[in-house]
Amino acid sequence: MRTPANPQQLSKVSAEPPTPRREPILISPTRARGRLWVWIVPAALAWILLYGLLESVSRWVTYRAIGLDDSTHLARAVQFFLYESPKVLMLLIVVVFGVGIVRSFFTPERTRRALAGTRESLGNVLAGGLGVVTPFCSCSAVPLFLGFVEAGVPLGVTLSFLISAPMVNEVALVLLFGLFGWRVAAIYLGTGLALAIVAGWTLGRLHLERFVESWVYDVRIGMVAEKESLTWNDRLQRAIQAVREIVGKVWPYVVAGIAVGAGIHGYVPEGFMAGIMGKSAWWSVPAAVLIGVPMYSNAAGIVPVVQALLEKGAALGTVLAFMMAVIGLSLPETIILRKVLKLPLIGAFVGIVALGILFIGYLFNALF
Amino acid sequence: MEIEVLGPGCNNCKKLHAETEKALHQLGLEVPVTKVERIDEIVAHGALMTPALVINGKVKAAGRIPSQAELTSWLATAAMDR
Repeated sequence: MRTPANPQQLSKVSAEPPTPRREPILISPTRARGRLWVWIVPAALAWILLYGLLESVSRWVTYRAIGLDDSTHLARAVQFFLYESPKVLMLLIVVVFGVGIVRSFFTPERTRRALAGTRESLGNVLAGGLGVVTPFCSCSAVPLFLGFVEAGVPLGVTLSFLISAPMVNEVALVLLFGLFGWRVAAIYLGTGLALAIVAGWTLGRLHLERFVESWVYDVRIGMVAEKESLTWNDRLQRAIQAVREIVGKVWPYVVAGIAVGAGIHGYVPEGFMAGIMGKSAWWSVPAAVLIGVPMYSNAAGIVPVVQALLEKGAALGTVLAFMMAVIGLSLPETIILRKVLKLPLIGAFVGIVALGILFIGYLFNALF
Repeated sequence: MEIEVLGPGCNNCKKLHAETEKALHQLGLEVPVTKVERIDEIVAHGALMTPALVINGKVKAAGRIPSQAELTSWLATAAMDR
């Protein structure tokens, strides 16, 4: 490895700049971008204006510009698609931006410190809540798990976090809000959190520590990253980056999902799903969970489809159970966790979460 | 200067590796970027999220891909500190 260890070497480095772009590095990345907050108000106004116009524009395009007859299936499907896809994408941008700001206040290190000092039951509640706001990707599940265990966070509390983090996420909540309204989004948030808390607590009660791979306890965690001090400009920049990354990744799924949803909306007769996924079909909840667990999709792909199912008579509990099983329990995450958890513990984890989802499914079918 | 990219080989880890090399190239520095893929070595650095970038033993970013501006400023600072 070559290291510019002495001043001579270093001056050689700076003496022959390979590209003329040497100036910007002396300016801090924050200042180079200018003050971002001045753009917030104009951006928000433009957003509100545009959002308000969506419905009438989609109608105008469908019935006037394309000239479809508003009594046809095709017209209903087209208008649905033209209205819903920009609407959901716009909601997604706002919420991912907001969540990006919130998340800049929560780092896994901070969450770990907060959880290390808690007792079990309270710890589960805290872990569930922090799972919603702490940045998480299932590819980081293993280092996170190791870090939590090493800091003395109880196993059940760690698992509460690992259930809540992927399941209750901003993309799912936005789509639910955009397509079903705030009530369903709130129900999903509430039940998802409750599930994470109760399942983690139950797993903790079972004392399954012996089924954690033994090497986990031998791992030595290094000094945790130094504290970052972020300015508001940094936070805005992080949020913009999050929008670019997340919206850039999920928009094709959203559009594809809405297209499928639009097709169902326009063509499938009312009440069609009632027989298969309705309340009267008791077996539909376990079937939804069984199909959902091995299936893996992000929330962006599944919600618009789920919406169409609901509209055509599927029961809310069944649909909720299906969605939770698809995005909350995924095969890839289970495989990743297998590195740190032995099979019986994985089995208990998946089993208890699946049971919880079943319970939620039946509960909502009974209530609504 | 010692530069390590921590991550079990996910897409973002590869992207961070490439971005770091790009920034180094931009600065005219020829420093190899080491890939650290073993989980126990990753956490030994104190990173709870991947991908993570470690410069001279310090975790500079974890769980995200820093911008080119951030990368070049860290790398330039690290090069000048030596």
